[in-house]
Amino acid sequence: MSEIVAASVSILFHGLAFAMVLYLVSVGLSVTMGLMGFVNLAHGVFAALGGYIATSLMTQMGVGFAPAVAAGVVTAMVVSVPLERLLYRRLYGADELAQVLLTVGLVFMSVAAGKFLWGPLAQPFHPPAALSGQIELGTREFPTYRSFLIVAGAVLVTALWLGLERTRFGAQIRAAVDNRRMAQSVGINTSGLFTAAFALGSGLAALGGALGAEILAIEPAYALEHLIYFLIVVSVGGLGSIRGPFFAALLLGVADTGFKYLLPEFGAFFIYALTLVVLLWRPRGLFGYA
Amino acid sequence: MTAEAATHVTAASVVDAFARRHRFHWAEALPWIVAIGAFFVFPDYLALGAQILATILFGLSLDLILGYAGIVTLGHAACFGTGAYVAGLLAAHGWGEPVSGLLIAALAAALVGFVSGAVVLRTQGLTLLMLTLVVATMLYEAANKANTITGGADGLSGMDVWPVLGFHFDLYGQTAYWYCLVTLFLCWLIARCIVHSPFGRSLTGIRENERRMHAIGSPVFWRRLTIYTIAAALAGISGALISQTTQFVGLGVLSFDRSGAILIMLILGGVGWLYGAFIGVPLYMIMQDRFAAVDPVYWYFWIGLILVLVVVFAPSGAYGLGDRLARALRRRA
Amino acid sequence: MSAAALETRALSMSFGALRVANAIDFRLEPGARHALIGPNGAGKTTFVNLVTGALHPSDGQIYLEGSDVTALPQAQRVKRGLVRTFQITALFRGLSVLENVTLAVGERLGTASDLLRPSGRRRAVIEEAFALLERLGIADEALRPVRELAYGRQRLVEIAVALGLRPKVLLLDEPAAGVPSSETGTIIDMIEQLPAEIALLIIEHDMDLVFRLARRITVLVQGAVLVEGAPEAIAADPRVRQVYLGERERA
Repeated sequence: MSEIVAASVSILFHGLAFAMVLYLVSVGLSVTMGLMGFVNLAHGVFAALGGYIATSLMTQMGVGFAPAVAAGVVTAMVVSVPLERLLYRRLYGADELAQVLLTVGLVFMSVAAGKFLWGPLAQPFHPPAALSGQIELGTREFPTYRSFLIVAGAVLVTALWLGLERTRFGAQIRAAVDNRRMAQSVGINTSGLFTAAFALGSGLAALGGALGAEILAIEPAYALEHLIYFLIVVSVGGLGSIRGPFFAALLLGVADTGFKYLLPEFGAFFIYALTLVVLLWRPRGLFGYA
Repeated sequence: MTAEAATHVTAASVVDAFARRHRFHWAEALPWIVAIGAFFVFPDYLALGAQILATILFGLSLDLILGYAGIVTLGHAACFGTGAYVAGLLAAHGWGEPVSGLLIAALAAALVGFVSGAVVLRTQGLTLLMLTLVVATMLYEAANKANTITGGADGLSGMDVWPVLGFHFDLYGQTAYWYCLVTLFLCWLIARCIVHSPFGRSLTGIRENERRMHAIGSPVFWRRLTIYTIAAALAGISGALISQTTQFVGLGVLSFDRSGAILIMLILGGVGWLYGAFIGVPLYMIMQDRFAAVDPVYWYFWIGLILVLVVVFAPSGAYGLGDRLARALRRRA
Repeated sequence: MSAAALETRALSMSFGALRVANAIDFRLEPGARHALIGPNGAGKTTFVNLVTGALHPSDGQIYLEGSDVTALPQAQRVKRGLVRTFQITALFRGLSVLENVTLAVGERLGTASDLLRPSGRRRAVIEEAFALLERLGIADEALRPVRELAYGRQRLVEIAVALGLRPKVLLLDEPAAGVPSSETGTIIDMIEQLPAEIALLIIEHDMDLVFRLARRITVLVQGAVLVEGAPEAIAADPRVRQVYLGERERA
């Protein structure tokens, strides 16, 4: 009996840490797709970029953890702006197929670029000394870094939700997601808003990629490998929703960890089957809008 | 001629023109002339040629659902891979007869298409796109984990393919080339027939305005499911051709890479005019063959760049470019 | 009482807290020339969407020639003769005018599911479609893609498509909407020449059209029926005048 409890706690713990990473990466995608109606399959590239910058600064230049992660986030945000204004903008409202193809092309380019710049192997990630090792929580020991991930994730999520509830920027985003034309007629600068929201989403993805480098290894094919998980979080959570993907990420994170632990011969098979069932039952996602 | 007779002539000529759209145009013989010619002009490249022909069939099957019915899928490799593995497993477990293997593979792929389509085609937009990806990834995962059956990441080996209609599969790929060419031709005839039938015309209606199709009494869901299943069968045949002629099946046949690549190949040639695959597939595969020899990493970069450029500047692919060129030439004349 | 061509009982629909259709009782008699009017946002198009099956009602029933079709999908209702046109032209823009109508006629005749024989072989279908184009005066543009036609002529194609389905009940959603006044004449003529057996419901804002074509008028306000009756009674009704405050009064 105590074995079952111990296993459940373990699954919940690791699942929660995984969920935090998934959410941080995916929330930006939900906003992009809900706000601009743009199918951005290249979203994972920003997560990978953040991870690459952070890990290479830490391992090759001995930069500290916090500054390295910050650098990754800033780089991603800076790169996202010209990408949105020059390229993505042309395809807002275009055929879904065109958006898919454009972003797939970008992903392919990023995979090659990653391999060229950093080589084909996964980037080593060593958490700072303060966050390494084990920590005692109650009667058990848990890896410190993962505990940090959970706490940091919770803090970030709360800050994000409060920010979107309380600030004008957040209100504008919510209005524009709800009804783009109405928002424009009320004087909201949707063009600038889109760029800002896209940059924010990319920055969050980079944060998720950098912090989560221990769970989702940083390698050239990162954006392709994990694309399906990001898409699952967003479509099950509901496009344009901020909270929906959080619960979807929780569900996915815990379920994935659980299935892989209890039924490793099946791998992620049940996750996909579960996604199919959920999306058939609620095609707009659990918290989706029209 | 009285005015009345004159209008009747016009009416009849319009109806005639409309009714004759399905007639064969001489230009449609070109791809086959080129394919047959290539056999004699490039005797050292017949193995690649066979691959190209089989992949054209894969692209053709995608054109039916994407170009004609307007269904955007990221998981078409699911049916392709099913066909490949079924044909491979048959050959590896004692039944190496190619043609029957092809037909059984087609049936298996059609089943996968029917079942997944019945589920997936109830949705639309991003959800549909996602679910096509989920189905393909599920199959990939299943093939990966069932490695005692499929060989997993190492791939399925030990395939023994028997001679097709008395012709041995030789080392030069001559038999493989003709096998693929004839199969492609027959499947193309089928595809062409479907496209010009009333059913095929209704698919273009579904693609142009689905809402309107409901409003004229069309059973949209069943039409889409039917073409999805047929396209699945054709994709399965394509996969079986590849596995039979290379005598190997790896996990790659079910990968997102494969689904993405065939999408790109079709886009390069242009969707919805039945010949996009005939142009895009050889273009892509020959380029890839050249590049892979030089540097496989750069290949990914350049094909990504080409895709981005095509989407931004030439969204109708070669068809669109050709169309624009033809119109420009007509203006000069 | 003989069966109505189309009837709704207590038809209701809500989007969350917003009630867009409020217990609508409606009867359309066979051979009717009936108009549905009301201010913007009254729920007229929603009513059409509910009746045709594009939307699912939260409550109420719909009867087509006496049979309950509430659970029937849209395409099935079309097969039974319930046809509509769209307020904003919804045609196959990339396809030719002739093709648009041929698709409709083909669906009606059941030839559209044929996979094997070329569509060109079915001359009867094509000729019937072409004859419809001739009747509506748009036959000279038969082979042009719909998107190249003037908007007024596109509206005529809409009507041709609807007629190709041989409707028993025809719902015209603002047939003259967006059409320059010089071209509305053709559309009005077409409507007046429709076979007398068809039960016709027109949604319109143009009062001239309404009073010229309708023998019976229903007024819809905020999703509910305000009043129904003969045109003279409606024109004289003070409640209707109040609802249309600011609009031109009908003498």
